[in-house]
Amino acid sequence: MVKVGVIGLQGDVSEHIEAARKALENLGVAGEVVWLRKPEQLEGISAIIIPGGESTTISRLMVKNGLLEPVRKLGEEGLPIMGTCAGLIMLSKEVIGATPEQRFLGLLDVRVNRNAYGRQVDSFEAPIRLAFSDEPFPGVFIRAPRIVELLNDKVKPIAWLGDRVVGVEQDNVIGLEFHPELTDDTRVHEYFLGRSCNGESALGAGNLRGRIFRSFRFSLHFH
Amino acid sequence: MGKLHVIEAKGTDRLKRGFAKMVKSGVIMDVTNAEQARIAEEAGAVSVMALHRVPADIRKAGGVARMAPIEKIQEIMDAVTIPVMAKVRIGHVAEARILEALGVDMIDESEVLTPSDPYFHIDKREFNVPFVCGNRNLGEAVRRIWEGAAMMRTKGEAGTGNIIEAVRHVRLLRDNIALLQRMTDEQVYGVAEKFAEPYLRLAFEVREISGLPRHVLENEPIYSHYTYRDIVEGLYKILLEIKKLGRLPVVNFAAGGVATPADAALMMEMGMDGVFVGSGIFKSSQPEKMARAIVEAVNHWDEPDVLAEISKEIGEPMRGQDIEELEVRLEERGV
Repeated sequence: MVKVGVIGLQGDVSEHIEAARKALENLGVAGEVVWLRKPEQLEGISAIIIPGGESTTISRLMVKNGLLEPVRKLGEEGLPIMGTCAGLIMLSKEVIGATPEQRFLGLLDVRVNRNAYGRQVDSFEAPIRLAFSDEPFPGVFIRAPRIVELLNDKVKPIAWLGDRVVGVEQDNVIGLEFHPELTDDTRVHEYFLGRSCNGESALGAGNLRGRIFRSFRFSLHFH
Repeated sequence: MGKLHVIEAKGTDRLKRGFAKMVKSGVIMDVTNAEQARIAEEAGAVSVMALHRVPADIRKAGGVARMAPIEKIQEIMDAVTIPVMAKVRIGHVAEARILEALGVDMIDESEVLTPSDPYFHIDKREFNVPFVCGNRNLGEAVRRIWEGAAMMRTKGEAGTGNIIEAVRHVRLLRDNIALLQRMTDEQVYGVAEKFAEPYLRLAFEVREISGLPRHVLENEPIYSHYTYRDIVEGLYKILLEIKKLGRLPVVNFAAGGVATPADAALMMEMGMDGVFVGSGIFKSSQPEKMARAIVEAVNHWDEPDVLAEISKEIGEPMRGQDIEELEVRLEERGV
């Protein structure tokens, strides 16, 4: 049994929960997807999704609820984390256009420009290309942040709009400008969870969970 | 695979409803200047509503309440990084076109302003910018969604600091959806016909003036370019979707009377996706604290011990008014 947590403080949480459930089903992986609001819920977690929403609000509530540091440590320890839109902003190392109070996880070595595409009237849908699929994917961009620079070659592009990179991965972390959870297409969630749950058969569920939780406690202890 | 030719689509239903999904579990605060907008943003508001006056002051001022001055909205848009909404009068297509051109992120076609059209709301499908509209019950909600609203909110009774009308509107909506789920599709079609009645008022009035019987023609447009049958079919389709989902197909917020963190928690407990706070913040004695507390209450609505902590030392809430004492009932505008 894997346990996927969607950071459930603000934003399109239920859409991600539904997409992740469908993806697990399609992958044939037994697991649960939970609405994650408190640090205690990180126990036994196999993967985390940070949804779309308002990054200033999500940042503030992640700090307030004591989630920011534990999630950062888990990410550093190798826990799979995917962020879409505001989630991408939360994951990034450098953010242009952030408010002074905003805090970030800094797990993705990219520079993003918040709301770079403009206001809601500039939001758009367009087909995008994925590194892991031959068919185009329906890209939904809503007041989206723009990845303006990959800061080193640990960051690999995985999605393109024309020639521009709109999705990246760096080891265990995936950041996307767009919203796969607003479509019926679960390929992105399947890619993320397929990789995340890969250790499942080799290690066994208990091992994977134990390993991740031990590292979480370890990091909290020395924090 | 070769390079894709990028074809962009804007103003689609998915983008409009998607924008509303991004503000779920959030608080949208009424603000009247840049300073208030920054306070709201720092407190964790997901969006601000740019206004000339908050509803409590609109009540006091009387007269005709219109779209806010453009320089005021611009000032607020320049002050914050979060989305900015603004209100237009019910049916005022020109005010809406102006706000769309200005780049407002969402338009509230609102009963808080003085209505401009005695018959109809704006045909919102003609716009790229998403709209939010108020409702008192399922009929109003379904009509607004059919007209293209991407988000719903209760009307409540704005500017009163009194939650009773918002609670009434949530209950009427919820129980009507439950009833819908016990109906046959044929009965649902009857509901669609009933819900289409307000669109007939203009056509009937014209006939009455001309001494003709109440009747519309099969191919006669009665609202925008839609015939009576188009409207009934449209409402029926939405009602069937609601019956299947057990909820509205768009994000639904509480509005009109939220004045304390407990009010916000009550609305979340009743199944709302988030809250609008109008006068409740900047008419309280300590707006910064009240704003933060309401944001946290929406986040912790189901944890009473946390709510108790949040509700401490937040100053005096706005004074509030009994509904029976009101001279003007804003909620009755725009059915």
